[in-house]
Amino acid sequence: MKSKKQAIISKMKTLYDKLWEDHVVHTESSDPDGMVILYIDRHLVHEVTSPQAFEGLKMAGRRPWRSSSVLAVADHNVPTTDRSLGISDPVSRLQVETLDRNCEELAITEFKMNDKRQGIVHVIGPEQGATLPGMTVVCGDSHTSTHGAFACLAFGIGTSEVEHVLATQCLLTKKSKAMRVEVDGVLLPGVTAKDIALAVIGAIGTAGGTGYAIEFSGSAIRALSMEGRMTLCNMAIEAGARAGMIGVDEVTIDYLKNRPFSPKGADWDRAVAYWRTLNSDPGAVFARTVELDASQIRPQVTWGTSPEMVTAIDGRVPDPAQCADPVKRKDIEHALDYMGLLPDMPIEDIHIDKVFIGSCTNSRIEDLREAAQVVKGRHVAPNVKLALVVPGSGLVKAMAEQEGLDKIFLEAGFEWREPGCSMCLAMNDDRLMPGERCASTSNRNFEGRQGPGGRTHLVSPAMAAAAAVSGHFVDVRAFPRQ
Amino acid sequence: MKKFERCHGLVVPLDRANVDTDAIIPKQFLKSIKRSGFGQNLFDEWRFLDHGEPGMDASQRQINPDFILNQARYQGAQILVARDNFGCGSSREHAPWALQDYGFVAIIAPSFADIFFNNCFKIGLLPIVLEAAVVDKLIQDTIATNGYRLLIDLAAQTVTAASNDVYPFEIDPFRKHCLLNGLDEIGLTLQHADKIRQFEENRRQQQPWLFT
Repeated sequence: MKSKKQAIISKMKTLYDKLWEDHVVHTESSDPDGMVILYIDRHLVHEVTSPQAFEGLKMAGRRPWRSSSVLAVADHNVPTTDRSLGISDPVSRLQVETLDRNCEELAITEFKMNDKRQGIVHVIGPEQGATLPGMTVVCGDSHTSTHGAFACLAFGIGTSEVEHVLATQCLLTKKSKAMRVEVDGVLLPGVTAKDIALAVIGAIGTAGGTGYAIEFSGSAIRALSMEGRMTLCNMAIEAGARAGMIGVDEVTIDYLKNRPFSPKGADWDRAVAYWRTLNSDPGAVFARTVELDASQIRPQVTWGTSPEMVTAIDGRVPDPAQCADPVKRKDIEHALDYMGLLPDMPIEDIHIDKVFIGSCTNSRIEDLREAAQVVKGRHVAPNVKLALVVPGSGLVKAMAEQEGLDKIFLEAGFEWREPGCSMCLAMNDDRLMPGERCASTSNRNFEGRQGPGGRTHLVSPAMAAAAAVSGHFVDVRAFPRQ
Repeated sequence: MKKFERCHGLVVPLDRANVDTDAIIPKQFLKSIKRSGFGQNLFDEWRFLDHGEPGMDASQRQINPDFILNQARYQGAQILVARDNFGCGSSREHAPWALQDYGFVAIIAPSFADIFFNNCFKIGLLPIVLEAAVVDKLIQDTIATNGYRLLIDLAAQTVTAASNDVYPFEIDPFRKHCLLNGLDEIGLTLQHADKIRQFEENRRQQQPWLFT
C-alpha cells in the first residue's frame, strides 16, 4: 500500500503534466506512456516546411480542420534588403508565393512580406498574443520551443505532421519525460539569457535533453524578461529537448496584456485566473534535475560545430590530445579543422570577419537594446567586413527606430535590415563565404549553417556587439557602456 | 506511407556523432516545394567538392572520393549505421526524405534526435536504436568486411548479422503497427473525429479566448 506521503506526491503535477493532460483527446493504447491523440490550439506555419503539407491535404481531398488556429508568415526566404522589387531568386519566390496562395485559398491569416507585422514566426507569435499560456503550439520548425516561455507546450514538427495538424487539429504523439533545469542566483552584469542557454547545453550536451521536456525554474529565470525567457526556451531544442517551458508569473501576464490576439474584458480576467495555475506543483517529481548557479555563468562563446562545443570568454579552445574518449576526440579534431582553430588558443584571440545580430533566438527589442548599448559611440573594427542587424519583426524594427537604435547601429558601421531569418540559416542572400568567421547571435554553429564553409561562433547580442567593435572576441563585462 | 516489413541490406558506416540535419540536406535544397528528388543532394557538402545548388545536373558534379558514401563497395547501401544523436538540429522532414530517396530504408544509431526520429516513422524510414557498444561493433565489422549486410526484421524486432548474432530492438507498438501495414495516420486520427469535435467544444466553453 502506498504511504500517505507517496499518495500526495503522486498528485503533485509538473507544468508539463498539466499541459499534456489538458490536451489528450484519445489514448491509442493501454500504456499510459503510449501514443495519444493530442489537441493542438495554435498552428504556426512558414513557407519552407508547409508546401508539401498543403499539397498532401489537397491531394487527399481534405480541408483544414480549423483555419482560425493557423497563423502563417514567410520568414526563411525573404530578403532583408529593399523589398520593393520582390524576391529576386525565382526558387525562393515560388516558395513564398506558394504560401501566399495556400493561405488565400484556405482562409488562413498570413502576414505577407510587406505587412509591418511580418517577421520571424517565433517572434511574431508572442508579439501578437497568438501564443498564450496553456496552449499547445506547433510549427514545422524546431525552434517552436521558444513559445514555451509562456507556459505553453510548444514543439517543432515535420511536414507530415504539419499536414496531420491541418487535417485533424491533432497530433499522434508520445509524452516525454520531465526535466527541471533550476538556475538560482543573480547573473553578473553583461551575462544574459543566451549565456544561460549555452551554459546549460555545455553542461548537459546537445543530446542531454533527448526524450525530455525541460522546465526552466529558479530565481535567475524569474528575473528574466519575456524576451530572455524566449531566448532560453528557444535553445532547449539545441539541448535535444522536445520542448522548453517556464511557468506563468506577473512578467508573463504583463507581457500579454493588450496584445492583438490576447483575450479582452471578462475573458482576460478568466484567462489570467487560469494561467496562474500553470506552474509545477511544489514537490512535483521530475525524471531529472540539473542545477546551475547563475553567479558562476560567464559570457559564453562556441568554438566548434555543435552548440555543446562551448566555453567561457576567458577560456581556451580545447586540445583534442587531452580528450580520453576516442569518439569525442575525433569530433574535436574534426571541428577544429573545420573552424580553422588551433588547440589551446585563447578565445579572445579569435578574430572575426562578419557579425550577425538577429534570428529567432536574439532579434527582439531587448536584444537590440543590449547590443546598441555596447556599440554606441564606437565603430565596427576594420577587419570586420560586414556587421548586420536584422530585427525579428517589422514591429520590433519600428520600435527600435523609435528609440533611435537604428542610428546607433548605422553610425557604428552596421547595416540595418528588414526582418527575417536571414543569416541564421542563409536561405536568402545573407550568408558567409567559405572560410569566413562570424560572431552570431543565432542558435546553430553546424558546418555550413550560415553558408557553405562558413564558421560560426554563437554568442549573446552584447558579446556579438563587443566583437564587432573589437574585431575579435572580448569580455563584454570589461566594456564600459556609454 | 511506405510499408516496412524486413530488409536484408548492404550497410554503410558513417563514423560520426551529432550528424545534423543541415549536413544531411543543406538549406539551399529546402526551397523546393516538392516532396521528392532530395536524394541526389543527401550529405551534399560532404559528398561533393563543388558547391551544390538546386537544379544542378548531378552527373556533372565533382565527387568527393574520400566521403564514405562515394566508395564503390558501399553503392546500393540500404542501411546507414551512425553514432550518437543522429539527425539533430532542425525539424526539416527533407532530411528523412533525402535519406529515403537516396535508397536507405533504415538508420541504426545509439541515439537519435527527437524530431528526426519522429519524422522517420511518418514516411516509413525505420530508425533503430542499438547500444553504443553494438553500434561500434557493427561499424568495425562493416569496415572490415566487403559487402557486409544486416537483416532487419520489424515483426520480430531484430537485427541479425551474417555471424548470426541477433540484436533485438525496441519500438512503440503503435508505430510498429503503422509501419508494418503502411497506414495513413491522418486517416487513423480522423476515425476519432467525433471525439475531437467533442473535445474541441468543451475547450471552447472553458477557454473561449482560444477560439477567437
